[in-house]
Amino acid sequence: MSEALHELTIHAALDGMRRGDFNAVELTQALLDRIDQVDGQVKAYLTVTPELALAQAAAADARRAAGDDAPLLGVPLAIKDVLCTEGVRTTCGSRILENFVPPYTATAVQRLADAGMVMLGKTNTDEFAMGSSTENSGYFTTRNPWDLTRVPGGSSGGSGAAVSAQEALAALGTDTGGSVRLPASYCGVVGLKPSYGRVSRYGLVAYGSSLDQVGVLAKDVRDAALILGVMAGHDVHDSTSMPTPVPDYQAALTGDVRGLRVGLPDEYFIEGVQPEVEAAVRRAIDVLAEMGAEIVRISLPNTDKALPVYYLVATAEASANLSRFDGVRYGFSAGADSILENYRESRGQGFGAEVKRRIMLGTYALSAGYYDAYYLKAQQVRTLIKQDFERAFEQVDVIASPVAPTTAFRIGEKADDPLAMYLSDVFTITLNLAGMCGISVPCGFDNAGLPIGLQLMGPHLGEETVLRAAHAYEQATTWRSHWAQPEKAGVS
Amino acid sequence: MHLTIDEVRHVAELARLRLSEAELTLYAEQLSAILDYAETLQQVDTSHVPPTPYVLPLHNVMAEDTPVPSLPNAVALANAPDQADGFFRVRAVFED
Repeated sequence: MSEALHELTIHAALDGMRRGDFNAVELTQALLDRIDQVDGQVKAYLTVTPELALAQAAAADARRAAGDDAPLLGVPLAIKDVLCTEGVRTTCGSRILENFVPPYTATAVQRLADAGMVMLGKTNTDEFAMGSSTENSGYFTTRNPWDLTRVPGGSSGGSGAAVSAQEALAALGTDTGGSVRLPASYCGVVGLKPSYGRVSRYGLVAYGSSLDQVGVLAKDVRDAALILGVMAGHDVHDSTSMPTPVPDYQAALTGDVRGLRVGLPDEYFIEGVQPEVEAAVRRAIDVLAEMGAEIVRISLPNTDKALPVYYLVATAEASANLSRFDGVRYGFSAGADSILENYRESRGQGFGAEVKRRIMLGTYALSAGYYDAYYLKAQQVRTLIKQDFERAFEQVDVIASPVAPTTAFRIGEKADDPLAMYLSDVFTITLNLAGMCGISVPCGFDNAGLPIGLQLMGPHLGEETVLRAAHAYEQATTWRSHWAQPEKAGVS
Repeated sequence: MHLTIDEVRHVAELARLRLSEAELTLYAEQLSAILDYAETLQQVDTSHVPPTPYVLPLHNVMAEDTPVPSLPNAVALANAPDQADGFFRVRAVFED
């Protein structure tokens, strides 16, 4: 065995356990050792659960000895800390939930557990998934494993960094405006955002309910397909989960993209994109063309409206969703003298700056006199954005673009300028508004050695096509053989 | 457009958020900038465009009306900052 256990993909680890080369306890211990080695610097995890993980691993080994071969049996994974886990603290990166221990487990997580997952712990996130860097976490900022002075992207930055630093074989994230794809791009791993309704949101602490979707950060496309297949599908606890049958996503990974129509939207290749990013994405498209894909120039004319639409729709939904944090049923309570004063103080003290900013923006957009001008208008323009994609997908099978205009930025660089931070999401939020699916797959490095992500977008429930294209590209290139080495970096 | 401190104070009251004077000043400035940016939407003609509140073709999803187990009282209260006799306890809503 040439690779250390923590360096394995999920499918390689499963092969090893099936052959009896090692067992789940040994694999889990290797990951826990890796966390001990590098997480002091990377800071991907908010909570590590070693005893629980080793107990789950021992149970997985017993199941395997009894002839069980569940799809994730003994596979150590990390879970973003916005997904509820019964008996394991779930903070959402917020001080207001510092001591919250959920009484139930999110469906997406439960399905992984039923398939044999070993949970290593809960990963850092921007508070309530509101951010693009993890700098909005109420606890600490996660570091990019490729350069510890830079952000990992957000909001699922802990999950991106954990996979990139090989502190988990894969991790769950959530994507409301790019929060899986952006950290995947910045950290050089695969990030899959399924279509809205493909994965149950039950037990995902809500941010923007019409946009939120559980996704996967993984070492390769096959692993992402495997996890999606386990967690996708209808859930009686989420009325917005689609009853559509779940296909065999791994069977879609044929390596064949001949005749696949790949759209290049003019609006995603614009001024302001870092030249190395545009060059890497264009080279990736050339690779797909050499493999037999047909490249088609397209237009998504309302792309420039997506950012303001997103920041009105998402914040309006957030302002309603976060009203549940009232200091009465769970979470921080300031213990003020009147009930109204206790709401104000508990929320004012418990929430961080970005969360308060978004609640304020959303409340304003929904308030009397402004509803039509902001919220309703945004929902109407959302229709135009969705129609752009519907028209485009009559012409093409997937759409290719950069994930973000730049590679990972420095910690603190955009912390005082919310609008500049929001621009990191300019190429990812459109898919959430349209409810469609997409993936970030590594496609190179910039001059500073930072990873670049290729975004492949597909129509609603088009995951098989997106995975097929991403997998074919990945197999034709060697980017996935490059890994961050945070253990060799000095503290700066 | 520029939000005044009083407008920001009013929104904070609607949102049940205690904000410091420094926060009120900061948010007046930042929210004004974000709303200015959002003004670009006003240029879009949406007179015949229906809104998209959510993207799925699902409507009025019904569940079978059958009783299923719910959280036991003690579990539901386990995270409560204050509780008494199996209830969440809050400060009096009505003054004497």
